[in-house]
Amino acid sequence: MTTIEVHGLTKRYGPQTVVDDVSFTVGSGQVTGFLGPNGAGKSTTMRMILGLAAPDRGSVTIGGRRYGDLPVPLTEVGALLDAGAVHGSRKAYEHLLALAVSNGLPRRRVHEVLARTGLEDVAGKRAGGFSLGMRQRLGIAAALLGEPEVLIFDEPVNGLDPEGIRWVRGFMRSLAREGRTVLVSSHLMNEMVETADHVIVIGRGRLLADTGIGELMRADGDGTVLLRTPDREAFALRLTAAGAAVREGSESALVVSGMTSGEIGKLAAYDGIVLTELTPQRPSLEDIFMAMTRDSLDYQGTAA
Amino acid sequence: MSSLAASSDVTFAHTVRAEWVKFRSLRSTWYALACLLAVGLGITALTMDHVGQEYAAMTAAERRDWDPTSLSLRSHLVAQLVIGALGTLVVTSEYATGLIRTSLIATPSRHRVLAAKLVVTAGVAVVVSQALMFAAFFIGQGLLAAQGVPNAGLGDPGVLSAVAGAGLYLSAIGLLAVGLGTITRATAGAFATLVGIVFLVPSLAPLFPSWLQWLLDFWPGAGATAIVATVPDPAYPHPWLNFAGMCLGVAAVLAAAFVVLRRRDV
Repeated sequence: MTTIEVHGLTKRYGPQTVVDDVSFTVGSGQVTGFLGPNGAGKSTTMRMILGLAAPDRGSVTIGGRRYGDLPVPLTEVGALLDAGAVHGSRKAYEHLLALAVSNGLPRRRVHEVLARTGLEDVAGKRAGGFSLGMRQRLGIAAALLGEPEVLIFDEPVNGLDPEGIRWVRGFMRSLAREGRTVLVSSHLMNEMVETADHVIVIGRGRLLADTGIGELMRADGDGTVLLRTPDREAFALRLTAAGAAVREGSESALVVSGMTSGEIGKLAAYDGIVLTELTPQRPSLEDIFMAMTRDSLDYQGTAA
Repeated sequence: MSSLAASSDVTFAHTVRAEWVKFRSLRSTWYALACLLAVGLGITALTMDHVGQEYAAMTAAERRDWDPTSLSLRSHLVAQLVIGALGTLVVTSEYATGLIRTSLIATPSRHRVLAAKLVVTAGVAVVVSQALMFAAFFIGQGLLAAQGVPNAGLGDPGVLSAVAGAGLYLSAIGLLAVGLGTITRATAGAFATLVGIVFLVPSLAPLFPSWLQWLLDFWPGAGATAIVATVPDPAYPHPWLNFAGMCLGVAAVLAAAFVVLRRRDV
């Protein structure tokens, strides 16, 4: 199984350290989300993984080798950095053919990836007339040409419509199910809930988290419980007496912290109190992400 | 998992073939080549019409230096811009679209990518330049003959080497443009530099200090272009040496292009 190993990666542009001593491993058979606000260093890190930018310190290996040392790169790593990176007056088929030929891949692969990304009908059309969603598919088709074990996508859903987002998301999942190593960057946290198994979060070039999605939510998820009952006052007192903190929520709900929903439910049953709603409140990934990256934003807006 | 992973190493031939696919699959390539022939031959036809009258007004001394071969090859002045634009775009169109990243991901060996671009450009430039210069020669001589003005045949002394030399000069300019495109990474910058080299420098040459004048002996548009003449120019007794000097200059620019491409992040 091929993994991406990043060790102490550092990149400076002039006085600014864009990527600062970042280390992580991207495992196979899962989608790894690579998260951070705009300008956090995600794209630079990806460019260093692909040998496009040279690190000032540290190293990146893919299956133990530097990218530049891969004998037939497209059969090991597929990448989509920028969907706009096609010559507008070149036909989709020719664009893919040039890439296939450069790595000695058979012509049939071009037809196969066109079919897999649903682009057969526009294969003979010039890429300049493609919608963003179609360009995104063309970029993904290019990444799949060599049937690589490792796939790297930079912001693949950026600017897509809901249907396109759904397609890309499903596609990432299916690639991971096939046992491939999938690294996907995004600045949208909630996007990752649906797609990623594992997340790597960076901000201002530093590694902030490297953890499973589930653990990330649990870690910050001591959480609260929202409940509704006809006997608000009485039950609020009962809960406080049992050691929980209770405050008023919106629309006459109660927000309880310090007890789990299970404990609250048992207490209500014991006292014979009717509960019309009992919902554990989890902080959204967006909240966790914002809390984590707040200190690492380049420019912060002030609340109006 | 992948049956493709077993395929053998990527060779330089793969890279050249990929560059050829990229080159031939752009409409602009074919427009530029059509434009090259149309402009080159059009200018030959137009200028030939004019020189017939000029010859009639010449003195006997001037008629001794009459060089019908060189006159018919004058269109190289404009053709070099078209072939320069073509060479520039081979590199800069990839930077303009961001395709260069995709290309270098597919072929991480950067010197191989640039070398393949040079092979493709050289192959096309040599064929097209020779075709253009030979066509210009024959059309030009035909028009001169129609006006009853002395004209040259391919077998006359120095004629074949002048015509072939003009073609080689154009090819060298095409390769120079690939180098300039790689160094500047921008179409406008590379093209402006090329125009500066082939037009601006020769016309500003009289203003240069004397210790720089030797450079002009090897400069395109100056000494290096002496190969298109069949009547010896006393300033350039060995025009092929001057041309070789220019080729060394082009090689130096290409060497710089290889170095910066290897060093820079993309």
